[in-house]
Amino acid sequence: MSKTSPHALPAEGGLGNEPLLAVDDLHVEFATRAGLVRAVNGVSYSLQAGETLAVLGESGSGKSVTAQAIMGILDMPPARIPKGEVRFNGTDLLRLSEEARTQVRGQRIAMIFQDALSALNPVFTVGWQISEMFRVHRGMGKRDAVKKAVELMDRVRIPGAKQRVNDYPHQFSGGMRQRIMIAMAIALDPEVLIADEPTTALDVTVQAQVMELLAELQRESNMGMILITHDLGVVADVADKIAVMYGGRIVENASVHDIYKAPAHPYTKGLLESIPRVDLKGQDLYAIKGLPPNLLDMPTGCAFHPRCPYRQDNCVTDSPPLYEISGTRNSACHYWREVLDGDQG
Amino acid sequence: MGRYIIRRLIQAIPVLLGATLFIFAIVFALPGDPIEALAGEKRQDPAITAIIREQYHLNDPLLVQYWYYISGILFHGDFGKTFAGVPVTQLMAGKFQVTLNLAFTALVMEAIIGLLLGLWAALRRGRATDTAILASTLLLISVPTLVTGFVLQLWLGVWLKQVTGIEFFPIAGVGQGLQSYLLPGFVLAGTSIAYLTRLTRTSLVETLRSDYIRTATAKGLSRRRVVGRHGLRNALIPMVTYLGADLGVLMGGAIITETIFNLPGIGLQLYQGVYLREQPIVVGIVTILVLVYIVANLIVDMLYAVLDPRIRYE
Repeated sequence: MSKTSPHALPAEGGLGNEPLLAVDDLHVEFATRAGLVRAVNGVSYSLQAGETLAVLGESGSGKSVTAQAIMGILDMPPARIPKGEVRFNGTDLLRLSEEARTQVRGQRIAMIFQDALSALNPVFTVGWQISEMFRVHRGMGKRDAVKKAVELMDRVRIPGAKQRVNDYPHQFSGGMRQRIMIAMAIALDPEVLIADEPTTALDVTVQAQVMELLAELQRESNMGMILITHDLGVVADVADKIAVMYGGRIVENASVHDIYKAPAHPYTKGLLESIPRVDLKGQDLYAIKGLPPNLLDMPTGCAFHPRCPYRQDNCVTDSPPLYEISGTRNSACHYWREVLDGDQG
Repeated sequence: MGRYIIRRLIQAIPVLLGATLFIFAIVFALPGDPIEALAGEKRQDPAITAIIREQYHLNDPLLVQYWYYISGILFHGDFGKTFAGVPVTQLMAGKFQVTLNLAFTALVMEAIIGLLLGLWAALRRGRATDTAILASTLLLISVPTLVTGFVLQLWLGVWLKQVTGIEFFPIAGVGQGLQSYLLPGFVLAGTSIAYLTRLTRTSLVETLRSDYIRTATAKGLSRRRVVGRHGLRNALIPMVTYLGADLGVLMGGAIITETIFNLPGIGLQLYQGVYLREQPIVVGIVTILVLVYIVANLIVDMLYAVLDPRIRYE
């Protein structure tokens, strides 16, 4: 298939070697009163069906903005996408008309958000909100749509789904609310599910249950999942591969196994070392020195250099490219070999 | 809910008693003798004055007078008589309807115009339309009703009729049914339209920034549905509160409008009552106004629970 027209919808299923979803050299900037904020600077990642990609990074690293650009839910303006592609089954979503985009959104690429209490509409019942997907996108009648909503609530294991379908979001606990968000997102069997910090607002035991549910739903339906998080503990269990973001760029790309075994970027290494460990009880917790970069005034060269223990002179002046370490692994560090070997610079 | 309504109605009793006593005392304290004034320029026979004073208990202390008045209302539904001998209830009957018509015309105009302008401004936030709407609401707020009333009466009532030969807006009276109320209704609603426009705009802009609007967009809903269903339904809550409370304000504000357009409503009657120190008229009308206020607020509070399921009255 040659270049698709702007109005054509992405074909069903993958096309040859083309991944299900590919973000390619994406740039997003925001025009603010204080100046131009370059929130995403050339991010690329890809996702296959049935695969889970964890996007890791602290607040302001651009991980959520990238996801919102994929969904097409950025407020434009102030946001702008000067460059880049988001290919879904080979079609660049950024070139689609708004109507065509709306057909993809929610039906084929769905998203769940961090705080389900504020992300669910307070004045409609959960049944109404879930069944809206069927009423609007599938033209179902009210009764059938609500029946489907109850089935979905059962599927995400909400106890007494039938009795609770007419309850409002505030009548549920945090974990149950997040399950309702999930039910709404998977309602139309999307091919890609983007979960933006789905467990951050929940307490630890509930976090595990929600992650388990997500993993299970993914296995059943072979969705591709992008899991945005800053919690490394969550990542290890469910992700196949990891993209670590810092200052609007990807600094390391690797399989979960590789990254936990030996990180190839000083920032990833810092993140891994800051996980509290039982065997080091009593010692001071490790923390990466310094503060996240100011997006209005990014450091020259490598954005991480002011905080980096491996820093050399050229880090201040030369921005590192994404070096290829192996076929599935990249690091944006001039000294990835040293980091990988573990010599402290 | 039922229990809540009963409690609210019980709470209304001291409010009503307090308000009537207060108004009663103020009219009592007004200088001049209404009975002397009855005869106008002529001297009145002191014997007659004494009889009338006795008849209306005007020689008794304030609280005793108040008791006669309030017990009449409570036990006989009797709002007293004017000094000319007409029962106040009879005087108010038709006039109350006129004021209600006027206030509701104004309220409907306020709701429709305020909602549409506010919605339009919110959706064009920061652009020329938005700025123009905000500027005109500011103008509407800062010009007193007295001015808009006379100006619109002249332009739309007098000049428009002269130019076109058709009477679109009667300038006085209620002889033409709904048509008679359009212009006075708009004048009365003027500042309220401006406030409601601003409230709607702010409320909607705020709502459209919330997380659940982002969710609605992410569900693949059309912009129309996102704003119209998810946004407006939430933005409606403060608007309904404002509209409900405004009904009382509109009925009170009718005094000026009714005077300008010579509408025979309770506003005009109240004005004349104060002018002639007709205590029963003034207190009677104010009592009714307070009652309208209380009931309107109660309805708003109940609507609030309907619109926002997070609110429950136990």
